[in-house]
Amino acid sequence: MISLRGISKAFPGVVANDGIDLDIHQSEIHAILGENGAGKSTLMKILYGFYRADSGRIFLDGRPFSVHSPNDALAAHIGMVFQDFTLIPAFSVAENIGLFLRDLSPVISLKDVGRRIQEISSRYTLAVDPGARVSELSIGEQQKVEILKLLISDARLLILDEPTRVLAPHEVEALLGTLASLRADGYAIVLITHKLREVLGCADRITVLRHGRVSGSLLRKDADETRLLKLMFGKELPRLEFGGRAPVEANLPALELRGVSTTAEGAETALKNVDLRIYPGEIVGVAGVSGSGQRELADLILGIKACASGSKFMFGEQVTRDSVRSLRDRGVCFVPENPLVMASVPFMSVLENMALTRTRRYARLGGLRFDWHAVNEDFLQSSSALGFSLPTHALARSLSGGNLQRMVIVRETAHLPRLMIASYLTRGLDAQSTIAARSALLRARENGAGVLLISEDLEELFTVSDRIVVLRGGCIVASSKPDETDVFRVGHLMTGSEQQDAASA
Amino acid sequence: MQPRPDPANRAKSIGARAISGLLRYGSMIIMAFLLFGVILLISGNSPIGSYSDLFSSTLGSARGFSEVLVAMTPMLLTALAVALPSRIGLINVGVEGQLYMGACFATWGALTLSELPSWILLPAMALLGMIGGALWSLVPGVLRARGLVNETITTLLLNPVAPMIVSFFVFGYWHSPMDTNKTANFAPSARLPTFFDTRVDLSLVVGLVLLGLFWFVMKSTRWGLEMRAIGGNPQAAVRNGIPYRTYVISVLCIGGAVAGLAGMAQVSGFYGVLLANFSRGTGFMGFLISWLAGGNPFGIVVTSFAVAIITSGGNMLQLTRDLPYAVINILLAFTLFVVLARPRFYPRRKAA
Amino acid sequence: MTLLSVLGVLSSAVFSGTSLLYTTLGEICGQRSGIVNLGLEGVLLVSASAGFAVTVLTGSPYMGVLVAALVGGLMNMILGYLTITRGANQLASGLALMFFGFGLSAWIGRAYVGARIIGLPRFALPGLSELPILYRSLFQFDLLIYLSVPVAILVWWVLFRTRWGLGVRAVGESADTAFASGRNPRLIRYQALFVGGLLAGLGAAHLSIAYAMNWTEYMTAGRGFIAVALVIFSKWHPIRAIAGALLFSGAVAFQLLLQSSGIQVSPFLLDTIPYLVTIVVLVAWGGTRRHSAPASLGRVYQGSE
Repeated sequence: MISLRGISKAFPGVVANDGIDLDIHQSEIHAILGENGAGKSTLMKILYGFYRADSGRIFLDGRPFSVHSPNDALAAHIGMVFQDFTLIPAFSVAENIGLFLRDLSPVISLKDVGRRIQEISSRYTLAVDPGARVSELSIGEQQKVEILKLLISDARLLILDEPTRVLAPHEVEALLGTLASLRADGYAIVLITHKLREVLGCADRITVLRHGRVSGSLLRKDADETRLLKLMFGKELPRLEFGGRAPVEANLPALELRGVSTTAEGAETALKNVDLRIYPGEIVGVAGVSGSGQRELADLILGIKACASGSKFMFGEQVTRDSVRSLRDRGVCFVPENPLVMASVPFMSVLENMALTRTRRYARLGGLRFDWHAVNEDFLQSSSALGFSLPTHALARSLSGGNLQRMVIVRETAHLPRLMIASYLTRGLDAQSTIAARSALLRARENGAGVLLISEDLEELFTVSDRIVVLRGGCIVASSKPDETDVFRVGHLMTGSEQQDAASA
Repeated sequence: MQPRPDPANRAKSIGARAISGLLRYGSMIIMAFLLFGVILLISGNSPIGSYSDLFSSTLGSARGFSEVLVAMTPMLLTALAVALPSRIGLINVGVEGQLYMGACFATWGALTLSELPSWILLPAMALLGMIGGALWSLVPGVLRARGLVNETITTLLLNPVAPMIVSFFVFGYWHSPMDTNKTANFAPSARLPTFFDTRVDLSLVVGLVLLGLFWFVMKSTRWGLEMRAIGGNPQAAVRNGIPYRTYVISVLCIGGAVAGLAGMAQVSGFYGVLLANFSRGTGFMGFLISWLAGGNPFGIVVTSFAVAIITSGGNMLQLTRDLPYAVINILLAFTLFVVLARPRFYPRRKAA
Repeated sequence: MTLLSVLGVLSSAVFSGTSLLYTTLGEICGQRSGIVNLGLEGVLLVSASAGFAVTVLTGSPYMGVLVAALVGGLMNMILGYLTITRGANQLASGLALMFFGFGLSAWIGRAYVGARIIGLPRFALPGLSELPILYRSLFQFDLLIYLSVPVAILVWWVLFRTRWGLGVRAVGESADTAFASGRNPRLIRYQALFVGGLLAGLGAAHLSIAYAMNWTEYMTAGRGFIAVALVIFSKWHPIRAIAGALLFSGAVAFQLLLQSSGIQVSPFLLDTIPYLVTIVVLVAWGGTRRHSAPASLGRVYQGSE
């Protein structure tokens, strides 16, 4: 049905696609597999007209097909669901879908649109209320709206970019079921993902991308986990050795939350009556569906969000009302998911970024001068302890994602923190950087810090944590050791579905 | 040891950069002058004659040059009032209002404390002016710090309120026996001293000193680092422990205070009296200058000087060309348009 | 406080509020597509002066109104070119446009200061001609006033019930999403600005041709900024803008009312009320995060490669 030949695309500083050939057939689920940064999204965005290829050609039903904008793609019955959704929160479901309808009448009738929505949604179990405002829907429901949007606008090829990233295990199953029925009806589906298990579960054909090139394309029957891993990484994925260490519970907890609740503003999730203890030398993993309160929990501990009720203690001392600065002085540090956006100042150098957490310590003459020498020393000490090497005077924004995260870790661990909050810290990182980040966590634990690890990657949580708590709707619904439970039980706890077992202690 | 960018990134020395900057600026200004020349032609005036009048009246004589400095002075201060908050990402479009409030408070000082000797009265008036301006930006600052309302909107909305308050006083309690739209002339002790025989007053020096202080603080001090961090990435700054709210409120208030000082300088130095609606866009001009200069103190001085040449040269329009003074705004606007239409010359917009 | 005085206040509010309403409607269109126009004051002045000049030259107020509307559209195109095509900062561009308007309007209007015109004819709606003379004179409105509410409803209908309006609002919320739906955000913004400029031009025309019927420099007296406040106050909604315009321009009329009851309040202080009220209302609504501003307002659309 659709063929891509020799597609290449480069952005300043990086080649995203390099001479890619790809075939997409009707009634088939074609998975494009690769780790983060392999070029999968870019390729599909070119097909959808969002980007323009530097070179290469596309053929539709055998004839050359040029696409200059999403308009052309929509006219050719190609639809795409982006990772961050192209929905307008302030609009209703019907308005959002109406926006993408190619045959919307000049004078719109939302009732008409609503009717068409009901028709299709009942066919594929994608029920949703047309009049609801999108900002009030859950992420799973929003995804349904996105898929409906494609179906109603007569797309025959559906491209889904990392659709299961934000879903819990059984929601993933529901989605894959929907995709199977769509395939049976003749739709062509392209699934962009980096999750091996799902690919093996539902795809008919798999194309693996690595560093912008096709490293292999095979049918489902010829594929297995090892082969795919080899194609994705070119070598065996290194296994990280995790030395377990029994945390000494006799000490005062590095962090204790007692009955903490927060108020939700806007799209936030309120925390309700949270009790949590993190002891020095233990890694506590927090599992939960996106939007269960993880960000709020991290912000609360860091001091950005205030406790509406309840109290916070560090090593037995009350810190409920402390500012971010005073909490950091007490030894709290924070490694977030998107270092460029959340933890560093892009146009400042690595050295300047290094100084940001301890400006008072480095200031001299009451603030009139600044001791950059001391900053440099601390920087060198910390980075050599971690085995990293970073250019001190490079601007933060010129660093790759992995290096940027390394810089943040160097800074945060520079003064032997006593409590580390790691929030989705490996999201979007390449394999090497992911390993580096995880070892930094372990190292912090060895040095006696208590670590809170928030992650959407259940595998990561199970391998790294000493204890896992499940966060749902702002409450902690379960807490157990990794070897006492399994991924599916935790997955059900995360979404609160019927098969939930009695939560283990 | 100061943090410095990687040596490989410094493509040009400061001298070369200054020259290329001047060339860029220069070509844009020439284009604007050409466009305005068309307007002059349509009005039946010779562009060449008009422009030679403009330059000879401003740069051709000591008196003319001093007038340029006079026009430049309030711009230095109002631009600083915008530039400082812009470093932490705040947009202060309320300079016009803060200017008026500063003038208002300073006038109160001039009228009620007129018995005091000059060396006490003037600092007192300056202080009052700063308080007036700071008060006017306090509410926007607090609202922004609490995350309630964007300061762009609040400062913008408060702008027209200040001249109304000034008019209230001027037409009411303070009006002079002879004119209803202004107060009585300020006593000599309430007037800023001027240099030699010109109208250039002390506030020019104050403005330059404050700009120099601004440059030093941003470059070398701890507060400058923290402010640059907030301006570069507020989220990261907060997470790193920098007290964001404190900075928002204090920086906006300082900006307002500087604008208030400009207002005080206007009534105490330039006019010598509080006149209703005395400012026709001085505050907004400051915003534009700060934006053009990228919040950079040196750029502010150069840009203010260039704009001042145009505005004070505009007087020749009225005298010799029979055009209302307001028409000079067209030349000003053309210059701005030309600069705005070429954003690739200004890679990093820090103001606004 | 008689019925006559109350009606008088209402009538006066309607007269002075009409130009404000048109201007606000125009700015709503522009802001709904994501563009803030701080130069409205300049746009109004140029449209007013141009419309007035044409009326003097041709003797026809209708020609004047037409020209004023077109000029308003064109002025907005300057803002459009700077912010959309050149990607310049919206606030700075708007202010530059304001200064341009100061100068251009002074230049256009210089020959017409003090000129007198007939202005738009005023008439009462048929049903009201039986009222006693005093009352009837309060309701002699011109064409633009009668059209103002229908136009507001039309603007609402276009924004919320047509495909184009959906696109405009989408661009204002998220230009990337609008692009992903096959639209051209840049073109849509130009269109919204042009329509907005037409409406603002109508507002300016009413001021110089129907209400004041003369031309002086800076005669718009801040209406451009009042409109920006009013856009916020009416939550970017054309129908609410009607009530807001009445309220805002009622301040002066309100003062007359108070005066007739023996209370003396300075007109200057009363004029501050619209602005202060808007700020209070903004805070009361829970701040800028909750009120329904178009999500992409003020942002430059970078497009994709």
